[in-house]
Amino acid sequence: MTTENDPKQERIDRYIDQNLKKVFSDLEKDQMPDEIVDLLSVLRAQDKEMQADK
Amino acid sequence: MSEVDPKDELVTHLPALRAFALSLTRNRATADDMMQDAVLKAWSNMDKFQPGTNMRAWLFTILRNNYYSSRRKLNREVADVDNAFSDTLAVKPDHDGRLQMMDFKNAFAQLADEHREALILVGASGFSYEDAAEMCGVATGTMKSRVNRARAKLTEILQLEDDEAMELTDTATMAVVGSPNLPS
Repeated sequence: MTTENDPKQERIDRYIDQNLKKVFSDLEKDQMPDEIVDLLSVLRAQDKEMQADK
Repeated sequence: MSEVDPKDELVTHLPALRAFALSLTRNRATADDMMQDAVLKAWSNMDKFQPGTNMRAWLFTILRNNYYSSRRKLNREVADVDNAFSDTLAVKPDHDGRLQMMDFKNAFAQLADEHREALILVGASGFSYEDAAEMCGVATGTMKSRVNRARAKLTEILQLEDDEAMELTDTATMAVVGSPNLPS
């Protein structure tokens, strides 16, 4: 079993974290679905209506 | 100094929230359903958000709670996976780098939900062990243990203990992860 200070284990952990960050960064670049964009428009419009009613 | 409207701030976290949803569900349709529920819930409960606290953590918590709650309601122990996670790669690296990244994604997709989630929160999103533990409703020690077990499992699947394999993956990985756009 390796320890936290094992250089090889540190290298493996670094490799894993670098890949994770790359994968997550790629997923963040995925286009936002239309449903979410539409939902935000509806929510913003509702907020405006409510403010106008006050 | 003008304060940012929390609803405007919410929008800036949506790409990360969707990445989290895709990583967690590994199914595009489920991830988008979870996103819609989370955005709707967060928007209508914005008065409960405490300014100055971590909105990304708050949003991630809403989404994960929704996800596990709906899984329990459907009594579905096994997630409906459509490879949305492993098929996604916005930037195409060279051939070897792409194969290595696919290997990594496939290995990552094999992890148990709680291990995948722990690595996403701590390894990819940069949350502290304490914050990640709070988001998942577990002790900090439990979160550390999950991250360690997840790394050990990935090491085993990808055979990273093998020096030769590690040298090969290092070369290919640096071609893939050497992007200046990567978060530090």
